[in-house]
Amino acid sequence: MIIAALLVLAAGTYLLKAAGPLLSAGRQLPERARTIADLLPAALLAALVASQTLGDGTALALDARALGVAAAGIAVVFRAPFAVVVLVGAVITAAARALGVA
Amino acid sequence: MVAAVPIGIAVGAYGLSYGVLAVTAGLSPLLATVSSIIVLAGGSQFAFVGVLAAGGSPWAGALGGLLLNVRYLAFGYAIAPYLPRAHAARRALDGYLVVDESVALGLAGPREDTARRFRIAAWAVVVAWIGATALGAYGGQLIGQPERFGLDAAFPAGFLALLAPWLRHRAGRIAAAVGAGLALALTPFVPPGVPIIAAGIGAIVALPFSRPTNADSLRATLPEVAEVMDDE
Repeated sequence: MIIAALLVLAAGTYLLKAAGPLLSAGRQLPERARTIADLLPAALLAALVASQTLGDGTALALDARALGVAAAGIAVVFRAPFAVVVLVGAVITAAARALGVA
Repeated sequence: MVAAVPIGIAVGAYGLSYGVLAVTAGLSPLLATVSSIIVLAGGSQFAFVGVLAAGGSPWAGALGGLLLNVRYLAFGYAIAPYLPRAHAARRALDGYLVVDESVALGLAGPREDTARRFRIAAWAVVVAWIGATALGAYGGQLIGQPERFGLDAAFPAGFLALLAPWLRHRAGRIAAAVGAGLALALTPFVPPGVPIIAAGIGAIVALPFSRPTNADSLRATLPEVAEVMDDE
């Protein structure tokens, strides 16, 4: 099932990317559509941050992950590269667990 | 072209993280590598394995990833007028090459050179993203229990880094706040992954607050490109 879902993601992504080069013939998308397309990642990425920091299956939980993600947020503010932000989140969370803080 | 080097390095580090996290989420190293070849859209691949890692269904992950990628429809339309009227096979390949970095670099600079910059940046991304995914995935196998290393928090940390460019303007902040709030409110009532899809409503709520532009998502990945665009 993972493979089937991945194929759907791949095929759908290709159609979204290739529609312009293949079909646009010089036309542009309506402004509202462009704006929604631009804002969708903000809504979805924020949802992913929130539910993966505070969600535990179908429950909400405040644990070591919140400390790690908060530390990652500080790294983001200082414009650290992507891999560094990920590393900060993981290391601080692991440290908090090892110390039994949360 | 010089710009290909920083793009390759940034995308490489990103791909390395994806490879490692994809195998901790349960993908085989081979499947993780294949996913980077056939999808070639980092944020949606992260979302897909992130939903899997959180116990969500692969279909919720795929749908969430597709919603993240709706912006590529706009990117493809934005770059299309600058690509030469080539035959269908060439345009089909250009469609595959539509990624944040290629469109951003293509649109930043003189018009007559747009197609060339677009393709150079795209191939830098293709090589770095797929190569780094393989490296991270086959190396990441060696890591045992992900929770011991805090890798479950690596996902939301990465999503936060990807989200940052949208938090610099009001409509982006509203979309993010509504999306996050909706996701948390729905978490107790629906299966994992579904709240992420529902959060897309945040984009519609934020619509009236927006001054329409693609620049923010274009800036999302690459500070060097943002600098080029600012110089224009």
